[in-house]
Amino acid sequence: MGEAAEKLAAGDRFSSAKVSIETQLAVERFLYRQAEILDEKRWDEWLTLFAEDGHYWMPVSEDQEDGEGVPNIFWENLDMMTMRIRRNNHPQAHSQAPENRLCHVVSNVIVESEDPNGDVVVRSRFHCAEYLRYDIRNFTGKYRHYLKKTAEGYRIALQRVDLVNREGPYEYVIQWWL
Amino acid sequence: MTWSESEIAALVEPDRVHRKAYVDPEIFDLEMERIFERLWIYIGHESQVKNPGDYYLARVGRQPMMMTRDWNGEINVLYNRCPHRGAQICSARKGNAGKLFRCSYHAWMFELDGRLESVPGAKGYEGTRFDMSSPDFHIRKAPRADNYRGFWFASLAEDGPDLKTHLGRAGLALDQLVDRSPDGEIEVVGDCFHMIQQSNWKLFLENQIDASHPGATHESTGAAARSVENEMKKDGKQPPMSYGFLSDFVRHGIDGWDKFGTTGLPQGHCTLEGYMGLRPDDPDTNEYVERMYASYGEEKAEEILGVDLHHVLLYPCNSVQPPLQQLRTIRPIGPDRTLSEIWHFRLKGAPEAIYQRSLAYYYLVNSPSTMVNADDLFNWWKCQHGLESNAIEWVSFHRNAGQDTEEGGIMYSAPSSMSELPMRSMMHAWRDYMTANGAGA
Ligand code: FES
Ligand SMILES: [Fe+2]
Repeated sequence: MGEAAEKLAAGDRFSSAKVSIETQLAVERFLYRQAEILDEKRWDEWLTLFAEDGHYWMPVSEDQEDGEGVPNIFWENLDMMTMRIRRNNHPQAHSQAPENRLCHVVSNVIVESEDPNGDVVVRSRFHCAEYLRYDIRNFTGKYRHYLKKTAEGYRIALQRVDLVNREGPYEYVIQWWL
Repeated sequence: MTWSESEIAALVEPDRVHRKAYVDPEIFDLEMERIFERLWIYIGHESQVKNPGDYYLARVGRQPMMMTRDWNGEINVLYNRCPHRGAQICSARKGNAGKLFRCSYHAWMFELDGRLESVPGAKGYEGTRFDMSSPDFHIRKAPRADNYRGFWFASLAEDGPDLKTHLGRAGLALDQLVDRSPDGEIEVVGDCFHMIQQSNWKLFLENQIDASHPGATHESTGAAARSVENEMKKDGKQPPMSYGFLSDFVRHGIDGWDKFGTTGLPQGHCTLEGYMGLRPDDPDTNEYVERMYASYGEEKAEEILGVDLHHVLLYPCNSVQPPLQQLRTIRPIGPDRTLSEIWHFRLKGAPEAIYQRSLAYYYLVNSPSTMVNADDLFNWWKCQHGLESNAIEWVSFHRNAGQDTEEGGIMYSAPSSMSELPMRSMMHAWRDYMTANGAGA
């Protein structure tokens, strides 16, 4: 198990840390910014949100503790994310014609724990509407971010996304991260 | 309209098929009646119901069914319908019922093999036609259920060829799934992915063994994977072997897929051979081959591993990729709607790395975030909408038509072709099933 997955597995998913207003604000700003980058498809910036060995993870079940080596809906490192960006922007990516649009609302931001070095684990909820082929579909669920504090601000070591409807059926694939 | 058999037969010509076969709701109903509620349809693998009391739901044609493991350890395939007033017995996709099924509506109790165990207020039935021992008051069993090496199928027709006969040579796909395990045993991993295809079920089958589509359809994914591979190599990093599953799409170009032969079997089953043997020369594969030798002896092991079947269609509902331990099953819902269940398996006794390869394929090609099926699903959706047009009434399967060869009832594609043989072959089987006039399959 990787260090980041271990960190999330060991954390208390119901705890709430007493953090400063500044920390709370900085964390919220980061989450809102990430959602905006996704909705506005600013892919170069998307990649800079993650630590070098960071992962975007959407497990298939809630009791899953690690993404490595087991089935997932998403389990992507920077290489896979780069591939996805290039593939979805390729002129022959015909399932992106017409291009989809995402619109996120992120809320219920609770900092779960804060380490002395400033790293945090934070929970939040999201709702995302996707406009695809002139139709809307909805995704909703919870995020759990393990954010590492760096000189340039937070970087995602691990983002866990638990969809409410993770078991499916899926009406179509999810082409972008949610 | 009501379709006569000659009208149905006229939808299929040697090298083309009428669009109505894909879009007409009455044709769809007839398909359910004459194909899906008559042929052997995949239910699930025995490892989905490991313990007594376990059940797993499956749809056969229009019928809600379930596979159960009873307290004698036997597997049963039952209609998911209470004989009292019709409530579904199980509503969760899977679970464990315990000692007995209890209908939620009026608490009739049933054994896991469907037999009625008790009814509350039994006195009220005295002097009526209700009879505890009559099959009319048991959960109905599928007329026929059987397994081939642990894979369970049901046929809702009382008679017809047995499962083994129906599978014929295509049973090799299931043999391969099992025999590639050094222990001769496999197990489903986790739950399957459920994906809705907004298209006719036949489009899925046609696509799976269509060698002329990957280079075109998946070009974007192939190109992206190759560019990442190249960059990683430049940075001195070794790209994961699984990226090759994707970069292969551009490696062969659009025209370069003619190395892969196809066959068509009389029952409608098809194969696509030789695309990727997955027998690279790396320590993990070599370790796996060693274990296969140890279990089966060199000769037999080589025979098993030498079968280079990339893709096998078990008509009308399965697509199997034995070298990658993948199995998909489709459950048609309407002419333009099909549910697919996507499974993968662990080969018991094989090194973990071999499972990881299968998992990587499962993720990259078959997961809800796939960059591969994203384009397939979209193509089928577009075909479904295009076929609503009556500007052109026919779907063309002309590539290498008339050049197929036949030997022992099996059709073989012309050498070095991307022949549309499998599509022709399946539709000929379709015509035969659809016009068999209820005379078994
Ligand atoms: S419907 Fe099942 S007990 Fe009445
Ligand atoms: Fe494809």
